[in-house]
Amino acid sequence: MTTPFIEITEVHKYFGPNHVLRGTNLAVAEHQVVCLIGPSGCGKSTLLRCINSLEQIDGGEICIDGDRVSGPGVDVNRLRQDVGIVFQSFNLFPHMSVIENVMLAPVKVLGLAREDAQGRALFLLHRIGLDAKADEYPDRLSGGQQQRVAIVRALAMGPRVMLLDEITSALDPELVSEVLNIVRDLAEEGMTMLLATHEMGFAREVASKVCFLSDGIVLEEGPPEQIFGDPQKDRTRSFLRSIIEAGRL
Amino acid sequence: MGPSPITSSALPGAPVRRAVTRPSTRLGYAIGALVMAVLVSGFAWVALTAYRHSLAVSSFTITGEPKNTNFEVFRCGATTRYKTGRIQADGTATVSVPPGCWEARPGASGSKGFEARTAHAPRTTGSALALAITTALGVASLGLFYPAVRSLRSSRRARDALSRDDFVNTRILAEQARQSASYAFGFGAATLIIALGFLFLSAANGGVRTPFFRFSLMTAKFGTILDAFATNVKIFLIAEAFVLVWGLLVAIARLAPGRAGRPVRALAIFYIDLFRGVPAVITIYLLDLGLKKAGIPWVSSWDDFWFAVLALTLTYGAYVAEVYRAGIESIHWSQTAAARSLGLSYPRTLRYVVVPQAVRRIIPPLLNDFIGLQKDTSLVGFVGVVEAFNQARIINSNEFNLSALTMVAFLFYVITVPQARLVDYLIRRDQAKMRANG
Repeated sequence: MTTPFIEITEVHKYFGPNHVLRGTNLAVAEHQVVCLIGPSGCGKSTLLRCINSLEQIDGGEICIDGDRVSGPGVDVNRLRQDVGIVFQSFNLFPHMSVIENVMLAPVKVLGLAREDAQGRALFLLHRIGLDAKADEYPDRLSGGQQQRVAIVRALAMGPRVMLLDEITSALDPELVSEVLNIVRDLAEEGMTMLLATHEMGFAREVASKVCFLSDGIVLEEGPPEQIFGDPQKDRTRSFLRSIIEAGRL
Repeated sequence: MGPSPITSSALPGAPVRRAVTRPSTRLGYAIGALVMAVLVSGFAWVALTAYRHSLAVSSFTITGEPKNTNFEVFRCGATTRYKTGRIQADGTATVSVPPGCWEARPGASGSKGFEARTAHAPRTTGSALALAITTALGVASLGLFYPAVRSLRSSRRARDALSRDDFVNTRILAEQARQSASYAFGFGAATLIIALGFLFLSAANGGVRTPFFRFSLMTAKFGTILDAFATNVKIFLIAEAFVLVWGLLVAIARLAPGRAGRPVRALAIFYIDLFRGVPAVITIYLLDLGLKKAGIPWVSSWDDFWFAVLALTLTYGAYVAEVYRAGIESIHWSQTAAARSLGLSYPRTLRYVVVPQAVRRIIPPLLNDFIGLQKDTSLVGFVGVVEAFNQARIINSNEFNLSALTMVAFLFYVITVPQARLVDYLIRRDQAKMRANG
């Protein structure tokens, strides 16, 4: 087996006295789509935020493409150019139009000329069918449209891996599919992705690997058929049972 | 046994039964409004008439006195001088005063041979303009009767509906009667206050008004005051530009991150505490007089004007830094997370994402501080800068009349109020651009 693209080894993270990640281990190979599932507060979002250094880890090690990206001395701004993240609450910049949101980082961080960045932004917006909204402000878009723009904003940096943090949790049900369709396209194009998600049906469909997180560790991992069809651990089984009871799987 | 039901009939406590009650016709409100309208508009007429009389300018003439002699004019029995006069070369003097009893007394020095005397300035009819304005206002006060009468009419129709046992329409009409009466009371209160104002201004035969509003003095000194006020405008425009930049720098220092930022933060807090805690006028005094004496190269040769700008910048920079800080801290951390996750550095995140949003939020409190700064330019007169307040005080001490100061007050009012409206408009326009229409 080749070395994994993202390798997370024995990662610990505390928020004050709260021990959130308790020696988490996870590996993501290139072009893999890995879905993190698990109950609220199990550390899914924290793990994603640690990978691109939005949170500092308190123990263990995170490597991307063989290069250690945790700990002191890491150029986080360089790291984040390779690691895109999309948040549950979109976090578009409300004072900028859609295209300005997408162009900001390519111009200011990558140093692209404005025309090049604009071309790139329009190309991406066209791909998600929002080029007509390029000059609108985020608050005038639906939640689904905002989240699609947020995905494009991350993609405009040309990341090598995308971290998606429950990106459909804040959306009305009828808007979920328009966002998931984009993620599906990205998966088909071979984008390496790590998703924290509650959309079990979607995880089952696109994931190369599903990891069940509980109390800050990966309790069980495997191909989706195995995790959803024949879970080994009691905790995984009871989690999936409550999902099914709520009619979400 | 299962859990208790949670429908309302089963809730603990006695059930509340609502009965249909006979509605009131609100006749009391209507009559009250009518009585109030009679009293208030009557009072307004009285006040306006008194005001018109007090506006009347009369005069008395002195003859056969030593030529070229100064004298002083008092109201009969008063100890505060009203104005000064001078016997002309032909041995006469005509003094313009409001109607009433006046005394001409010898001046404090050098009124040789002038005998104190009492003179009477006859009552006059006053100007046609004053008559027109006060009459128009008086007629306007009759407008109070409109809602009062409407209220009475609605109340009577409510009574008719009630006699038919039509409770729904009774309630509707009674509510109309109540609302009309409320209008009457609201406008009545405003009319009463305005009428009291006119009565106050006309008190003591115009004696209250004259110190503040002597129009002849105002028109004569308007140019001088306006020239001096240009200095105020220059000071606050320059200081505001500095404050905008300086305040932001201090706010960013105040928010400097990490352990390395601690001394910077401490310094920023110290500066803010210091200059926010000291009265602006003392800062102006200390900087101007102190730095001039200190003999620092270049700095000590500054004009008073620039020391004033410096002192106001330092004082208001402290206020505005805190306003900026509040704005920056009000931007949700998820915006910073999003910007940092795109690879933007901390300064760039501030520059492109946080500060632009913060500035939009702090515009109203920023305007507050700027209006404060504009008004505090009137303090720099204490270090010898000839600005409007200083100039007006000079005029006051020459003329024994405050009208020039009233004019300065009015000038400040004239520049601050339009700013507030302009900022309101700009904020609305900006929000209309960014916010959803729904």
